[in-house]
Amino acid sequence: MTGAIRELGAQSILRVQALGRIANFGGSLVGCMFRPPTRFGFFIRALYDTGVLSVALIGLSGFTVGMVLGLQLYTTLARFGAEQGLGAVVGLSLIRELGPVLTGLLVTGRAGSAITAEIGAMKATEQLDGLRMMAINPIHFVAMPRALALALAMPLLNGIFITLSFAGAYAVGVTLQGLDGGVYISGLESAIRFSEDVGQSLIKSAVFGGLLGLIATYKGHACVPDAAGVARATTSTVVTASICILLSDYMITALWGV
Amino acid sequence: MQSHSTRDLIVGLFVLVGLGTIAYLSLQVGGLEFGGGKRILLHATFDDIGGLSVRAPVRVAGVKIGQVSAIVLDEDLRARVFLEVESGVELSIDSSAAIRTAGLLGDQFIAVELGAEDAVLLDGEEFTFTESAFSIDKLIGRFIHDAGVSD
Repeated sequence: MTGAIRELGAQSILRVQALGRIANFGGSLVGCMFRPPTRFGFFIRALYDTGVLSVALIGLSGFTVGMVLGLQLYTTLARFGAEQGLGAVVGLSLIRELGPVLTGLLVTGRAGSAITAEIGAMKATEQLDGLRMMAINPIHFVAMPRALALALAMPLLNGIFITLSFAGAYAVGVTLQGLDGGVYISGLESAIRFSEDVGQSLIKSAVFGGLLGLIATYKGHACVPDAAGVARATTSTVVTASICILLSDYMITALWGV
Repeated sequence: MQSHSTRDLIVGLFVLVGLGTIAYLSLQVGGLEFGGGKRILLHATFDDIGGLSVRAPVRVAGVKIGQVSAIVLDEDLRARVFLEVESGVELSIDSSAAIRTAGLLGDQFIAVELGAEDAVLLDGEEFTFTESAFSIDKLIGRFIHDAGVSD
């Protein structure tokens, strides 16, 4: 009887310790951002790896998601004779939910996992210890520019995703299905407000970017330094970041008051 | 160094394109506006605004000159509608504001019909003449009621 309770206590302590470690890591990550040198060159390189190289994937996904939404919603709305609502429905669903969440999940798979694997491999080959020996803080040198690049790239990629998905929905709804282009655009523009919809989208993607940056760099730093450990850490980044993105998406939506 | 400057250029382009799309979503799609210098705020009081909503257009002769910025209930329990109108448009002080519907079931907007006076409405002034929303529900209700009475 006491054994089971003791086990529960030990498990709880382990969980809380893990939370404490990641919070500690996040604190020193933020602290490093305000400490010179700025590591601007590394930041640009990380922005290239995470942002620029993701543009093709994000753009293609955005366009196809827009096309599918245009097709699905047009046929559904046409049943009720409400095709004119296509712009409003596509715009609201993409800006408020699909844009930030899908961008977050795609960037997690495309760039977050790569960052964990890179940092994990550096740890496994004792490069991080080498940096420490030269009195260079590895969080400042390796993790900070990458986390910052993820946090900045996410809202930018989100904007690209949403804009291209509008184009995709336009291509299907207007060009293919024959809805009037002006009706689509004016429906889109009159349904969406900056303070409620676009602001929510930007805040969501910034939060997702920050979360992913923290999780991806932490998992790399905390991984078991061998081949299997790096593999586990990479998987763990994708799983943890995806769950965090989906849960925080619900929380931001609820707190925003819809 | 050459490859570095190319990479920097591409990253710069990425940031510009990203910011451009965010600006497009905010300004064009989201309707965000900076600076209030070129707009004046008018208000009008209606008995019934029907389905009028914030950001509904304000039109003169069918041309959009502004939008509804806020709707509140005033102390007499009537709807006070605030209108942001381009300051270059001179509306005479006896102009009337009417809530109209685009098509039979379309979105509602405010149609301003010009008056004859020379003086024009200034920032913060109120429309004297207003016409409430025309409600199809009420019309049908009245029609059914009248038909019942005549039988």
